[in-house]
Amino acid sequence: MGILDNFKKMDRNSSLYTFLYASGMVILVAALLATAATSLKPAQQKNKETEKRIDILKSVGKSDGADKAPNRHQFVDDAFNKYVAEMFVVNSKGDKIEGVDAFDIDLKAEQAKPVEQRYYPIYKAKLDNQSIKYIIPVRGRGLWGPIWGYIALNDDLSTIFGATFDHKGETPGLGAEINTVEFQQQFTGKSIFDNSNRFVSISVVKGGADKGNPHAVDAISGGTITSVGLETMVRDCLSGYQAFFNKQKNAGNEQ
Amino acid sequence: MSNSMQKDPWFSAKNLKLLTEPIDSKNPVTVLVLGICSALAVTVKLKPALVMALSVTVVTAFSNLIISLMRNSIPNRIRIIVQLVVIATLVILVDEMLKAYIPDVSKQLSVFVGLIITNCIIMGRLEAFALANKPWPSFLDGIGNGIGYGLILVTVAFFRELLGSGSIWGYRIIPESIYVKNGGFYENNGMMILPPMALILVGVIIWIQRSRNKSLIEK
Repeated sequence: MGILDNFKKMDRNSSLYTFLYASGMVILVAALLATAATSLKPAQQKNKETEKRIDILKSVGKSDGADKAPNRHQFVDDAFNKYVAEMFVVNSKGDKIEGVDAFDIDLKAEQAKPVEQRYYPIYKAKLDNQSIKYIIPVRGRGLWGPIWGYIALNDDLSTIFGATFDHKGETPGLGAEINTVEFQQQFTGKSIFDNSNRFVSISVVKGGADKGNPHAVDAISGGTITSVGLETMVRDCLSGYQAFFNKQKNAGNEQ
Repeated sequence: MSNSMQKDPWFSAKNLKLLTEPIDSKNPVTVLVLGICSALAVTVKLKPALVMALSVTVVTAFSNLIISLMRNSIPNRIRIIVQLVVIATLVILVDEMLKAYIPDVSKQLSVFVGLIITNCIIMGRLEAFALANKPWPSFLDGIGNGIGYGLILVTVAFFRELLGSGSIWGYRIIPESIYVKNGGFYENNGMMILPPMALILVGVIIWIQRSRNKSLIEK
């Protein structure tokens, strides 16, 4: 206790006291925050994985009830195992790659690689009526940070069955509206290939898309940069799967 | 002085005043004009505004408490830095806890939790109150100021969401059918979504408050 008593007796305006006080405080705070971060990490990691599973399920409309479930993690894991029949990874030529876990793929890291080396994860879902949906993860840039989502395609690999988007920090009320049901519902029934099987993606049109246009949706008023970012994200990410889509379609035609 | 405060019951009239004054006559936003920046940023919708108000109340209360406990040992020359470290630590802890236990709320708040660190009300209360007062009154002062701030935030957000998006708490209030796009006459006020409108609304609140309470008007 001798040292502490001496410390207490020190002149509070001296440089040494100030220096010791600051060092002590910083070490204490660092230890506290490190402990908190380490001990909360497993829970946060689990939340992230559950969040991802919910997003994937949401694109095929199977995430309902997760918020009310007594054990959210359990509920989501069960639903995920029930509906997602297969997860696999393809390369830019559309060939399956074995031995890579699709769920663990970090799209951000993939997008930094050259196109030929990228892994493209696909989740194949089988719904209650036995219909097959292909869920494609997408990731891009909004105004303030990353935006991402999942697009579920029907087994014609062109018509969108459902889409879900989310964001890290877009402006509430403006760009953040991309995670609302109203915005996402617009994508249902749109198609990413035109009649002559050319890849056209989905346009996000400022001022409102024509009602009959199968390749366009309305942008968000006041959220122009987020809307443009979303359009770019959908086009860039889906175009990487073109080779896979074509292979699947050809295989389907031969059967 | 310290002896007389020691004998104060926990919820004496004097202590209760610390809770109620910041809500009206000493309101941090409308009277002291602090924390305006976040009143502009998070009041587009009611829900984030309310969660923000709660988080700020927690951080103000506990940073006031901690700084008050430390007040006799803080070296004067680095007191602002010490205050910032305490605030930042609390905010990071709150953020980590939210992420681990209520991820959905954490997602809703996103960047705003981090922005609590820069909320001038918190530092203002530390400088003006916690450094010179005992822990319990400081704690009450923190809660009072948090509520005073939150009240303005929620009021502004209520009008901005209602007039700018036609909904409250995400539920539609103004019926779809009267909108111009559905053949009606009504159109949301796009100005309400933009930050300057928050400033105008805060101005209106200040106007109403000062015409009710003349003692607030500067000579």
